[in-house]
Amino acid sequence: MTPFADLLERLVFTPGRLAKLALLRDYFTHTPDPDRGYALAAIAGDLSFTAAKPAMIRQIATDRVDPTLFAWSYDYVGDLAETVALIWPGSREGQAPRLSEVVAILSETPKSDLPAVLAGWMDVCDASARLALLKLITGGLRVGASARLAKIALGEMAGVAADDIEEVWHGLAPPYGPLFDWLSGRAAKPDAAGAPVFRPTMLAHPLEEADAAALDWAGYRAEWKWDGIRVQLVATAQGRRLYTRTAEDISHGFPEILAAMDFHGVLDGELLVMRDGEVAPFGDLQQRLNRKSPGPKMLKDFPAGVRLYDILFDGDDDLRGLTFDDRRVRLEDWYARHQPPRMDLSALIPFAGQEDLAALRFGARAASIEGLMLKRGDSPYLAGRPKGPWWKWKRAPLTIDAVLMYAQRGHGRRSSIYSDYTFGLWRKDGMLVPVGKAYSGITDQELAFIDRWVRGHTIARFGPVREVEKSLVLEIAFDAAQTSNRHKSGVALRFPRISRIRTDKPAEEADKLDSLIARIPASGVAKGETLEEEG
Amino acid sequence: MTAPHPDTWLRVLPQGLYCEPGDFFIDPLRSVAHAVITHGHSDHARPGHGSVLATEATLAIMRVRMGEGRAGETQQALDYHTPLTHQGVDITLVPAGHVLGSAQIVLDWQGSRAVVSGDYKRQRDPTCAPFEPVTCDVFVTEATFGFPVFRHPDPAHEIAKLLKSLTIFPDRTHIVGAYSLGKAQRVIALLREAGWERPIFIHGALTALCALYEAHGVPLGPLLPATGASKDDLKGAIVIAPPAAAADRWSRRMNDPLIARASGWMRVRQRAKMAGVELPLVISDHADWDDLLRTVEETRAPEVWVTHGAEEALIHALSLRQIRGRALSLIGYEDEETSSEEEAEA
Repeated sequence: MTPFADLLERLVFTPGRLAKLALLRDYFTHTPDPDRGYALAAIAGDLSFTAAKPAMIRQIATDRVDPTLFAWSYDYVGDLAETVALIWPGSREGQAPRLSEVVAILSETPKSDLPAVLAGWMDVCDASARLALLKLITGGLRVGASARLAKIALGEMAGVAADDIEEVWHGLAPPYGPLFDWLSGRAAKPDAAGAPVFRPTMLAHPLEEADAAALDWAGYRAEWKWDGIRVQLVATAQGRRLYTRTAEDISHGFPEILAAMDFHGVLDGELLVMRDGEVAPFGDLQQRLNRKSPGPKMLKDFPAGVRLYDILFDGDDDLRGLTFDDRRVRLEDWYARHQPPRMDLSALIPFAGQEDLAALRFGARAASIEGLMLKRGDSPYLAGRPKGPWWKWKRAPLTIDAVLMYAQRGHGRRSSIYSDYTFGLWRKDGMLVPVGKAYSGITDQELAFIDRWVRGHTIARFGPVREVEKSLVLEIAFDAAQTSNRHKSGVALRFPRISRIRTDKPAEEADKLDSLIARIPASGVAKGETLEEEG
Repeated sequence: MTAPHPDTWLRVLPQGLYCEPGDFFIDPLRSVAHAVITHGHSDHARPGHGSVLATEATLAIMRVRMGEGRAGETQQALDYHTPLTHQGVDITLVPAGHVLGSAQIVLDWQGSRAVVSGDYKRQRDPTCAPFEPVTCDVFVTEATFGFPVFRHPDPAHEIAKLLKSLTIFPDRTHIVGAYSLGKAQRVIALLREAGWERPIFIHGALTALCALYEAHGVPLGPLLPATGASKDDLKGAIVIAPPAAAADRWSRRMNDPLIARASGWMRVRQRAKMAGVELPLVISDHADWDDLLRTVEETRAPEVWVTHGAEEALIHALSLRQIRGRALSLIGYEDEETSSEEEAEA
């Protein structure tokens, strides 16, 4: 329990991705089986217990500590499990249980015995192990790392690609013995044959001007880049799964898609909310993504569909080695044979040269289109993000000129720099209201400039946050605006980032909130046609 | 005749805790004619008093921190365990285990005894003399960590966390935010005990105090100024700096810095998060909850006065033990572990 608890504690306080990877590698390298397997399960969200309710852990604490002192301490600390972990009186000599022991004993302990078992463990654990234990058994464990990050760390440790781990992952269960046997070189790669496992996706690079100039346009095929989320549909005799491109299993959220997957194969496509073949704005899909298990009304109001653009397996036939053109033929043939409901094909866009596509990209007005995809006709389906075969040519972002309102110091590398900014727009009554936060987009020099500016123009401090004079204008680029009842302004921006510092622009001339609101379509999202586009 | 209760001769005035028959204040909050000082932290040792009585080390610390002229017009050093009689009051200094030179002030008057502990701790500290409990009628205590959630772990365990982190991140500069008087030297001494023999880089605010500790027989091993050291020198090095400097611009010159903080507050996650640190180290120079209660018990005092901190929880816990507790609510003492000290760029 202790090494696992120490890992969790460090992950909670470690903001940097590389640092998190180093911590995970260190843990997986130095922790024996099967403990590390259960830790991996905990990180991946595959290990949860709900045996203990908060009332029970409060009870075992107040059995040992004066209730008044407990209540005051809880007020002070603010988190029940943490209060219990910290207030637990003096430890007994002894070894903290191993994570695997805890898992094994929990699974066979009747509920009535749990308080005594738990108290016994708490006596021999230190405070951080007690906290991990309490969070684990109450189902409240939050790990500061994703399953994907853990797999990358495992891959780095063992010298295999994280995508190779993904390929076997969904055929395994905690504590993943065959996986660790393979990673330690004790056994061959686990055989996922027949299981509906995830296949690593092929990703595109953004097309920059220099790339476009050098591109052999005739060798590429073009498709619209739809504004949904990339998914992989896997159906075998053993099951059906819907995965995101990071191998997250989202099958439960989309039962209508699962029901439509009456085939054997692996397909690549875009998950969208579609009404009569019309793609709805991303905000509508967001409604569905927020629900783990949607109700009937949700299914009716936000019907999901998949626009297919590639085929990886037809039956057991692995097509990934074929060229794009050949796969396209197979995809069209497959589609003609199966005609699966809720699915259609992403059309190829005919074009003669770069100018045609540039015009199309510029003229793209539909809210559901993010831009264009360019795929080389002779490229096989390759895992990862190889540069060259696939490009995404996004529509230019939208921009607003907003006023900097608050700044906060960042984390890790940026912990000494005011690098997180809240910016606002002018409301009719002359008030500035926050519309978003941005952390990225600028160079180190610009960052240093804003940091200095913030320190010199602070008017109030609230803990780690500084309120600044409302006089610095930032040009914010974003992909879309949508209504939001979580923000005071009623608007939320997608992917806001700072594109420029407008020291040349007086704050009074920054944009009005109304100009943003008025252009959000009733269905939720504002896109390119509605706001000034950057030339 | 029964001895007078300490509340008849030891009183709280706006200037601080006042011993009437002796006509002096203990750790006065503003300048007074006669002051007895428990230890050198700036909220207890303030400048501008007339005469100052303290341990030799505390006086030396005051001179270093405030300059010769401001550390009292006249200074009198008193050794531990050497009673001094002043207007009928016996004053004895007994180690408090808080920082170098820190003392409890034992006051005896007409058969009645009060002990003013100042700040203190019970954990072992290689940089100062250990706390000694003294039997008394009234024990005056702090309660900085006066909640039962505060139980400081073995500091060696926390130092091991720091050293382990250096094996996982061998290139990153580990900057430990530590208060410049006491905590910084203790962290250095603990690192030496744990076998860290490489030079430790220190912020300019620590230079004079580290030298003072060395001069008082506390070996700290090789220390180098952090200012002026190259990023290469600082690769995988340990740097000790005041917390404010560790978390701010000063740290930018380091190599991919990893910010640690040595403080008792680090035990509570929300506090550690607020401090923006990546590696919280629970190392405190104050008594934790268990040690507050144990100490009260060992003094066998029937009555306890709490100067500052989280007094209500402590007084409640004392009442459960049939000990009378009284909050003095002295405004002006803050624990050095939260105060944002010198944001110096030095």
